[in-house]
Amino acid sequence: MTSLQRINQAIGYVPAWLIYVLAIFPPCWFLYLGLTGGLGVEPIKALEHKLGEQALQILLVTLAVRPLREVIGINLLKHRRALGVVTFWYVFLHMLVWLVLDVGILSEIWADIVKRPYITVGMAALLLMVPLAVTSNNYSLRKLGPKKWAKLHRLMYPLAFLASLHFVMLAKGFQIEPLIYMGITLLLLLLRWKSLGKSVSGWFATVRLTK
Amino acid sequence: MAGRYKSDLKWSDVTPKASWVNRRQLIAGSGAMALGSIAGPAMASLGAKKTAYGEGLEPNDLEAITSYNNFYEFGTDKGDPAKYASALTTDPWTVEIDGLVDKPGSYGMEDILANVTLEERIYRLRCVERWSMVVPWVGFELADLLSRVGVQPSAKYVAFETALRPDEMRGVSQNVIDWPYREGLRLDEAMHPLTIMATGIYDEPMPNQNGAPIRLVVPWKYGYKSIKSIVRISLVEEQPKTAWNTYSANEYGFYSNVNPDRDHPRWSQKYERKVGGGLFAKQIPTENFNGYEEQVGSLYAGMDLLVDH
Repeated sequence: MTSLQRINQAIGYVPAWLIYVLAIFPPCWFLYLGLTGGLGVEPIKALEHKLGEQALQILLVTLAVRPLREVIGINLLKHRRALGVVTFWYVFLHMLVWLVLDVGILSEIWADIVKRPYITVGMAALLLMVPLAVTSNNYSLRKLGPKKWAKLHRLMYPLAFLASLHFVMLAKGFQIEPLIYMGITLLLLLLRWKSLGKSVSGWFATVRLTK
Repeated sequence: MAGRYKSDLKWSDVTPKASWVNRRQLIAGSGAMALGSIAGPAMASLGAKKTAYGEGLEPNDLEAITSYNNFYEFGTDKGDPAKYASALTTDPWTVEIDGLVDKPGSYGMEDILANVTLEERIYRLRCVERWSMVVPWVGFELADLLSRVGVQPSAKYVAFETALRPDEMRGVSQNVIDWPYREGLRLDEAMHPLTIMATGIYDEPMPNQNGAPIRLVVPWKYGYKSIKSIVRISLVEEQPKTAWNTYSANEYGFYSNVNPDRDHPRWSQKYERKVGGGLFAKQIPTENFNGYEEQVGSLYAGMDLLVDH
């Protein structure tokens, strides 16, 4: 058995529901830290940023599932739905902390959404996620048919770009971190472009064979 | 001149020391004394003159003031300065005073401090990022230092520069802004009695993460105007280039007076949140000139502060 097969076999043992269960813990832990002083003297911002950062990270993992399989051969397809739904949870919590704890003033919330481009962009990404979250079940898949369903779920591409852009736009000064996230996002999107994906996977195959 | 300000607030209104000094520091300090060695820096009182500036303000505790900082020379995370600023050598320290002055030269910290009276000034601090604090600074009026070196009549602005030491400042390897950090004031702003050079907080020497050993504090402007760890002060004729204004003039004006009516292009400035209020702290309205309009409003008579922001 090759190492790749062993990796895929190990992944196969991990049930998808475990992702849902594990995903509950980090936000609860951060909330606990925020309530007990563990997030420093400005816990609202810390909680907001932590949730946003983790949402973006899980979003990128979700987006990586297809290239991982097609280019490298690692198969996480079974877990993709759980990863996508968990992304939505985190994005929603991130927005909720901003809305209730951070801003908390109704007129200001609305003004921010329409007047502040980085918030408009973030909000747009969240709204694009709603139909995906709502249709993340077998009933919707049957009802829509796999073709339509897949087409709808291609909303992941623009929303991933918007989510990374949201992070880039709020940086003060020239900061590397958000640009790294944007770079990874663009790479994962580009790998879906067939000819590029093929040549990269071809390269991986040669590396594997020559080893 | 020290003691220009009078108000009803007493030194005793400030948070009692026991509630702001970190318990561990106290234990470590007393332990050090018991061993017969010198007391740690936390125990060295500056003996600042107890003026009563800061009526109605409740100072943040030392932990908040020293753990939540923007000092990008040590990293862009709020916790980075507390982690990494200890690498900065603050003794010996000299400030180069040059440009349109009668007595230019390198002024050592001892020399600067020997000629001033240290005062307590409890000021609001409003960050451009919409958070705020109340800090019991220790310092002296910049006007005293400028008078000592003799400002020539042609000088119109004061330019300041922060130390740039790649060996000690791990954050400057990234070009977050164009280093060194620079700031500037119009001469009348610099001479205003509210403008101080601060050398301490809570009657103790300035912690490194807050801009040791000497920094500017201009309480009616956004925090980034109050430049830290100053190594150069230049009296100049033209409006000097400043760090954030050079980075993005539309977002960070030269004046940068706290102004709830002038939004930062990316966020509103109508409200702020005082640091240290926990997870359910509410936003509070931001005051014009950060609450110092009565004292400084006249400096800007006739100016459109939405344009000259």
